[in-house]
Amino acid sequence: MDPHRLLMPRPEGLYCPPGGFFIDPVRPVARALITHGHSDHARSGHEHVLATLQTLDIMALRYGADFAGSSQAIGFGKSLDVDGVKVSFHPAGHVLGSAQIAVEKDGLRIVASGDYKRRPDSTAQAFEPVKCDVFITEATFALPVFRHPDDRLEIARLLKSVGQFPERAHLVGAYALGKAQRVIKLIREAGYDKTIYIHGALQKLCDYYKSEGIDLGDLQPATIERGSKAQFAGAIVVGTPSAFADRWARRFPDPVASFASGWMRIRQRVKQRGVELPLIISDHSDWDELIDTIREVKAGEVWVTHGREEALVRWCELQGIKARPLHLVGYEDEAE
Amino acid sequence: MDRFAELLDRLLLTSSRNAKLTLMQDYFREAPDPDRGLALAATTGNLSFNAVKPGVLRALMADRMDETLFAYSYDYVGDLAETVSLVWGIDAETDTIPGGVSLAEAVERLHAASRSDAPKVLASLLDRMEAASRFATLKLVTGGLRVGVSARLAKQALADYGGVHVHEVEELWHGLEPPYENLFAWLDGKGEKPVHAALAMFRPVMLSNAVEDSDLARIEPEDYAAEWKWDGIRVQAVAEEGVARLYSRTGDDISGTFPDLLEAMDFDAAIDGELLVGVPGDHTGTFSDLQQRLNRKVVTPKIQKQFPAFVRAYDLLQEGHDDLRRLPFAERRKRLEAFVAKLDPARFDLSPLVPFDDWAQLEDMRRAPRHPVIEGVMLKRLDSPYVPGRPKGPWFKWKRDPHTVDAVLMYAQRGHGKRSSYYSDYTFGVWTGPEDQPELVPVGKAYFGFTDEELKLLDKYIRDNTIDRFGPVRSVRAEPDHGLVIEVAFEGLNRSTRHKSGVAMRFPRVSRLRWDKPAHEADRIETLYAMLDA
Repeated sequence: MDPHRLLMPRPEGLYCPPGGFFIDPVRPVARALITHGHSDHARSGHEHVLATLQTLDIMALRYGADFAGSSQAIGFGKSLDVDGVKVSFHPAGHVLGSAQIAVEKDGLRIVASGDYKRRPDSTAQAFEPVKCDVFITEATFALPVFRHPDDRLEIARLLKSVGQFPERAHLVGAYALGKAQRVIKLIREAGYDKTIYIHGALQKLCDYYKSEGIDLGDLQPATIERGSKAQFAGAIVVGTPSAFADRWARRFPDPVASFASGWMRIRQRVKQRGVELPLIISDHSDWDELIDTIREVKAGEVWVTHGREEALVRWCELQGIKARPLHLVGYEDEAE
Repeated sequence: MDRFAELLDRLLLTSSRNAKLTLMQDYFREAPDPDRGLALAATTGNLSFNAVKPGVLRALMADRMDETLFAYSYDYVGDLAETVSLVWGIDAETDTIPGGVSLAEAVERLHAASRSDAPKVLASLLDRMEAASRFATLKLVTGGLRVGVSARLAKQALADYGGVHVHEVEELWHGLEPPYENLFAWLDGKGEKPVHAALAMFRPVMLSNAVEDSDLARIEPEDYAAEWKWDGIRVQAVAEEGVARLYSRTGDDISGTFPDLLEAMDFDAAIDGELLVGVPGDHTGTFSDLQQRLNRKVVTPKIQKQFPAFVRAYDLLQEGHDDLRRLPFAERRKRLEAFVAKLDPARFDLSPLVPFDDWAQLEDMRRAPRHPVIEGVMLKRLDSPYVPGRPKGPWFKWKRDPHTVDAVLMYAQRGHGKRSSYYSDYTFGVWTGPEDQPELVPVGKAYFGFTDEELKLLDKYIRDNTIDRFGPVRSVRAEPDHGLVIEVAFEGLNRSTRHKSGVAMRFPRVSRLRWDKPAHEADRIETLYAMLDA
């Protein structure tokens, strides 16, 4: 079977004609398979949604219980027949509940990886490579300059700075789903057991992670008691990156602006955002992870989407692997 | 090396002066000798290598990586050294890094390398480093290390670290050599204070405050001497046992640029004065004449003849073995007059005192000075000792033109027509906010008042110091310890609700470029507010 007949880009998203479903559609459709809960992949308003239970829970938290006409949960490693197309979900290591979706018909298997990473993360199920004929990979950090350091070293730099500037508050910008909880968990694993303050936008998701058995320690809302700006001196405050540009941030004493993101690898980006303490922590694969994964899944063909497609396509060409960019629209990489 | 690299990155991203001081002190505490001294030398520009050219880096990469992938990477990052630091090791089979490299080892091996084997030595060091250390190393060897730490700030950090006064460090500084182990031993309380470290050392200078009307009401004319404020650059000419040095007022050694003057410094003394060009007693050149002599690496005999340098003496700090700084001004002045009379009259003369009876009379003279190279008058309390820094009270400056302000360049925009490839429109600001953490507030925009030569220099400065771009506009580094001071002249000042600063200038133009002046010494917004009230 021609792989382009099994999955093809459409304005709504990646479409499977024989199965009649979309993967991570950006517009409301009849049948949607969702890889993970980030808002550019998981949108509300579909008639029917198939995803992991955790992804469905996260969608309900973000959009309300009526986020879709109906929904169905699928476990990791389980498969389902959708109009003669076999679909199965496999851990992607990106955020809690995130999945790669394998689509199979007439002996041809395509894996749509969604967003994924390979390194250890105790807040997400570890990535499992799935052998396939066509591998659809993300390319958020698909340039050889992106090679994320060990996240524990980054957290050590944060904690060192907290020790150096006990009179200042450290504001750590982190995407609300996944990154924030991972950063908090890493801080805990580094032995920091004081209260961590969080922005209101993180509350529900942190509570959800805790309810799924991920211990984040003592979290308190970063609200200010009357006249006690000083209570945040020496504190770590985690919030969404946008909150720190807001007036909200003025309640903290002489804040150290920090940001946990793969983009922090590039100094110009760091300076543009006015970040004083960049933490290179990403939930996406870096260059080495991307190429290792492509080798590992042994795909004869690679489709590259959202990000810097050209470099990864070039690398595949050099390795003699057939590759092409898949021009899907509507996925953001800036929020990482 | 990793600790040094971390320090650099943090210093680069931190604009707060206090935070920089903390970071440096913590580093001095953590890092062993000789690393910490080498780091100090690197941040203060006292560490240099046979520069590795960009072509060498490209050649190193060409052997290690697909050209197209490197081109994509460089295109994205925009900085060659940073790109190389990030992609280095992409060809390696494993990503384990064998052993660490100390800053001392890196410096030693790079210093020992000849030009021809420098690339090989560099590559073998990079192989053993993490990305941040690779970046620091590449910036060191390509000469592109700009950290945002002035020598002055580094000295302050050393002083804070050792719990001594910054003037003590400043005095010693010129006799010390990297890696400064004797200095650190003293600051750690494990060694004697380095003494007689060098001949002809720098003495921290005494500065004045701008006079305000309320000051004149409080002080008595008979307590003060007045003298002209000459429009050159403030210097200190020091000679001791045949060693002569000329220092800027921040303690930078500028002797190399003025061999003609150095030749005449065959005395044992330290003179505080104004560096000017011309022939004393005959004519005194303007500031733009003087600029022909500043910041030159090569000083041709022709230029020395055309613009001979001399010092117009204000004060005598040391004569022979006598430190005069504790003496009152009036006594130092007598010693100065006698001393200068013995010097080469072509290279040294005396800045005359200006007799006056009351402030009104002085005001008249100030408004109509006898010489175009006079920019105002100085008031010096007759009984004042020479105190480093800017004490309030003993010395005042009273400038001729009330409508100039020293501002810091903040943004530059490309011009139009034949200036379209130049950054020729300048937005400048003055300081506001707390003293220890000042911020710049824009107060105006100027696009003329400079020569074509100056435009080229400005354009280069802006390109070298860009921190951000917005279309045709560049944001230029402007921090207390790193920034370009522009003396802006203007015809008047109005209140404005449309501007964040609350003031609007009439007819602002660049009066001159103060390459010599540290950014933190530019004016504060209060100076402009005071002009509004006047």
